[in-house]
Amino acid sequence: MDNSFLPYYLLTSALLFSIGLAVVVTKRNVIVVLMGIELMLNAVNLNLVAFSKNDPNLQGQMFSLFVIVVAVCESVVALAIILKAYEYFKTVNLDEISEVKER
Amino acid sequence: MIQYIFIAFVILTVVSAGVVLWSKNVLYAAFSLLMTFLGMAALYVLAGADFLAITQILVYVGGILVLLIFGVMLTNQKGNKQNVKNDIFTESTNRVLGFLVAGGVFALLFYTFARANFIEVQSALFETVEPTATTQTIGIQLMTNFVLPFEASGILLMATLIGAAYLSKKNSE
Repeated sequence: MDNSFLPYYLLTSALLFSIGLAVVVTKRNVIVVLMGIELMLNAVNLNLVAFSKNDPNLQGQMFSLFVIVVAVCESVVALAIILKAYEYFKTVNLDEISEVKER
Repeated sequence: MIQYIFIAFVILTVVSAGVVLWSKNVLYAAFSLLMTFLGMAALYVLAGADFLAITQILVYVGGILVLLIFGVMLTNQKGNKQNVKNDIFTESTNRVLGFLVAGGVFALLFYTFARANFIEVQSALFETVEPTATTQTIGIQLMTNFVLPFEASGILLMATLIGAAYLSKKNSE
């Protein structure tokens, strides 16, 4: 199979990365911010997979497999921290979780 | 034929990612993220990465998304609130600045991808082969060239398990 789809993969992943970045910067709910981080990691994975097409050693796919593992660990620990923070602050709004912030 | 399927999945992925950005309701954002992950798995299949597509569905749709929805449910308990605001509706701040930054990043990436001729670079690296099942190659690679990252990710997963269990236990004092 030829790799004529490669520019469209790159365009899609650039779009997904920018959408994820916009979600992380603008949204104030912690869980939605986590979703934005997952979107950005997925965009990077799409790039790696698209470039590793026709590669007999599948180096790009191996790398994105490890990216998936790290993303899982990150989201599990983040959700545990979010549940602890909710127990303490009774909110998940990032603007109200500001106890450590200098006033 | 295959390019129409490709375009359909690209549109599905990008539009449902856009719904994550536009939707105010956290649960709607979570379900639209499900469609994004499924569309991305289909794009993996079209790029010849079958094992990775199944891993994507197993891990993201079956694991992370369920975890996120549980997070939404556990952080919206009734009677546990001091303020009357409902946390299922997310607020957004810094809208103009955020979209400016994201649009700037997109413009930079688009400019780079348009200028660099990645098709020729990638064709020069690998010769065109018929797509085959990748599972055997991935298994061999995991046990030979990538055995150190494989073991390291095992240790990372165990540390995550212990850390998450420790963090989410109830305080006894």
